[in-house]
Amino acid sequence: MKKNTNFKSNMITYAMVIAAFAIVQVLRTTGHLSSLMTGLLVPLCVYVILAVSLNLVVGISGELSLGHAGFMCVGAFVGALFTKCTKETITLVPLRFFLAVLLAAAVAAVFGILIGIPVLRLKGDYLAIVTLAFGEIIKNVINVFYIGRDSNGFHISMKDQFSLGMEADGVILLGGPQGINGISKDSSFLFGIILVLITLFIVLNLIDSRDGRAIKAIRDNRIAAESIGISITKYKLMAFTVSAALAGVAGALYSHNLATLQASKFNFNTSILALVFVVLGGIGNIRGSVIAAVLLTALPELLRGLADYRMLIYAIVLIVMMLFNWAPKALEWRERYLGRFFRKSAKEGE
Amino acid sequence: MAVMLEVKNLGISFGGLRAVNNFDIKIEKGQLYGLIGPNGAGKTTVFNLLTGVYRPDTGSVVLDGTNITGKKTIEINKAGIARTFQNIRLFGQLSVLDNVKAGLHNHHSYSALAGIFRLPSYRRVEREMDERAMELLHVFELDEDVNTLASNLPYGKQRKLEIARALATDPKLLLLDEPAAGMNPNETQALMDMIRFVRDHFDMTILLIEHDMRLVSGICEELSVLNFGEILAQGKTADVLNNPQVITAYLGE
Repeated sequence: MKKNTNFKSNMITYAMVIAAFAIVQVLRTTGHLSSLMTGLLVPLCVYVILAVSLNLVVGISGELSLGHAGFMCVGAFVGALFTKCTKETITLVPLRFFLAVLLAAAVAAVFGILIGIPVLRLKGDYLAIVTLAFGEIIKNVINVFYIGRDSNGFHISMKDQFSLGMEADGVILLGGPQGINGISKDSSFLFGIILVLITLFIVLNLIDSRDGRAIKAIRDNRIAAESIGISITKYKLMAFTVSAALAGVAGALYSHNLATLQASKFNFNTSILALVFVVLGGIGNIRGSVIAAVLLTALPELLRGLADYRMLIYAIVLIVMMLFNWAPKALEWRERYLGRFFRKSAKEGE
Repeated sequence: MAVMLEVKNLGISFGGLRAVNNFDIKIEKGQLYGLIGPNGAGKTTVFNLLTGVYRPDTGSVVLDGTNITGKKTIEINKAGIARTFQNIRLFGQLSVLDNVKAGLHNHHSYSALAGIFRLPSYRRVEREMDERAMELLHVFELDEDVNTLASNLPYGKQRKLEIARALATDPKLLLLDEPAAGMNPNETQALMDMIRFVRDHFDMTILLIEHDMRLVSGICEELSVLNFGEILAQGKTADVLNNPQVITAYLGE
C-alpha cells in the first residue's frame, strides 16, 4: 500500500527528468534551441543536483546548511585537477569524466565527514552559521593554493607560483585566485542528465529505507529517536556526508563545463541560491527541488529579452512559487483541483 | 521472584538543587509498579536518570543483572528499557507504520547500500519489519491508521502509538510517563485494561508515573511515593495509599 505510492511517486520524478531530456533533445536536433539555452543545459543539471543534495540535509535531516557551495567547490576543483592531470593518460572521455566525478564525490564526502563531526554537535541557527563559515573557509583556502607539476612530480605552495620551485618544464595546474585554466570540456547534457538520475536514485532510495527513516525520526524528535536506540550522530553525519558527496558531483559537473574555474564563484550567494531552490520547491520535497531549480535557473535567461523587467518578474515568480507551495489556501486548492493527479503521491509520499 | 530492576541510592543535583536523593527501588519481573508524588517531586527526573537522559551523581542502576549506571540513552535502550513521554513525542511527519518501524530499527537491519540499491536483504528485512509492525499496531487497534501521519492522529491514539513504538524496541522494562494525562474516565478505564493486557501479552515489567489515583490503585501492585526528590513511602498499593504521610503530602495538613 504505502510502498507502492512511494514507488509511483519516485517513478513520476524519474519520468519527468527523462521526458525533459527527450524534449530538449528533439528541440535541439530540430534547431529550435537558442545557443543561450543550449549553454544553460549543463548548469541546469548542476543546480538540480545541488538542490536535491541540499534538500537531503535541510528537508530530510532538518538541519539548515548554508555552506553547500563549499562542498561543490571541493568537487569542482578535485574533478578539474584530476582531468587536467590525466588528460594524456586517459583518452576515453566518458571514463575520464566518470572517474573525475567519482573522485570529486569521494573527496567532498571526506570534507563532509571532517566538517560534519564538529558542526553537527550544534543545532539550529548555530549550525547554520558555522556551516556558512566553513563554506567560506573552503573557498578562501582553495583561493590561495598553488599546485604545479614538472618532471619531478607535484609542487604545492600557499604563497605564490614562484615558490613552487619548478623545473623549466613545469606546468601550473592550480594558480591561486586565477584558479584552473584550460579544463577540457568533458561534460555534456547527456552526462548531466545521467548524474541527475543517479542523484535522484540515491536520495529517493535512501529516504525510503531504514536509514532514511532513522534520519527523519531524528528530524521529527531527537529525544524520542534516542530513546528507541537510534544514534543521532551516526545518522546526522550520514545525511550530511551523502549530501556533501552529491554537492561534490554537482561541482565536478560544473567545472567540466567551463574553460576556467575560480574559487570565488562558490561564494555565499551560491549556497543561498541552492537554499532558495529547496525552500521554494518545498522543504523535504525532492521533486519540488528539481522543478524549482530548473525553473529558477532557466527563467532569468528566458526573460533576457525583457531587459529591465527581468529581475522584477523573477522576484514575482519567487513569491508566487512560495505561495503555491506553502499558503494553506493554495494547498487546499491544489488538493481539490490537481488532486486527481497528485493526491496519491502527494498525500502519502511525504 | 527474579528482580528486573534494582536501583540503589540514585541521586542527581542541578546546581544547588538536589532533585533526586537516595532513591531506591526494586521491581520484580512481570510487576506493575507505580511511581507517584506531587508535582515537582522528581518523578520524571527519575525516568530521565533511568533512561540515561541525565547521568546520576550517585547510585547504581541494575537491569536484569546488568549494571547500566551512567550509560547513554541508546545503550540503555539496547539493554532493554523503553519509555514513553509525558508530553507525547512521536515522529509527527512519519506515518503510523513508520513510527513503529523506527522502533524496530535495531532489531531488523540491513546496510545503507542495500537500502539504496534495493538489494534482496532490503526487501526481506522491510517485509519482516512490516509484518512485525502490523502485529503491534493490531494489538493497539491502530491498523486502520497505518498510513496516517502520526501528528494527525487523535490524542488517545497518539498515546497508544507511543507505547507501540516503545514495545517495538523489544524492551524488558517499559516506563510509562503519565499515560492517562488528558484522558477522560472512560479512556482511562480503557487504558488500564490495555496496560494490563500489555503486561500479560508481552510478558512485560512496567513502571509507570501517574497522577490519576483511580488508575494507580486499580492496576499497580506496588507503589513508591516521591516527595521533594526523596522516597516518602514504598510498598503494597493499598498500604501506601493509606499512609498518613502520603495523604498529607498530596492533600496538605
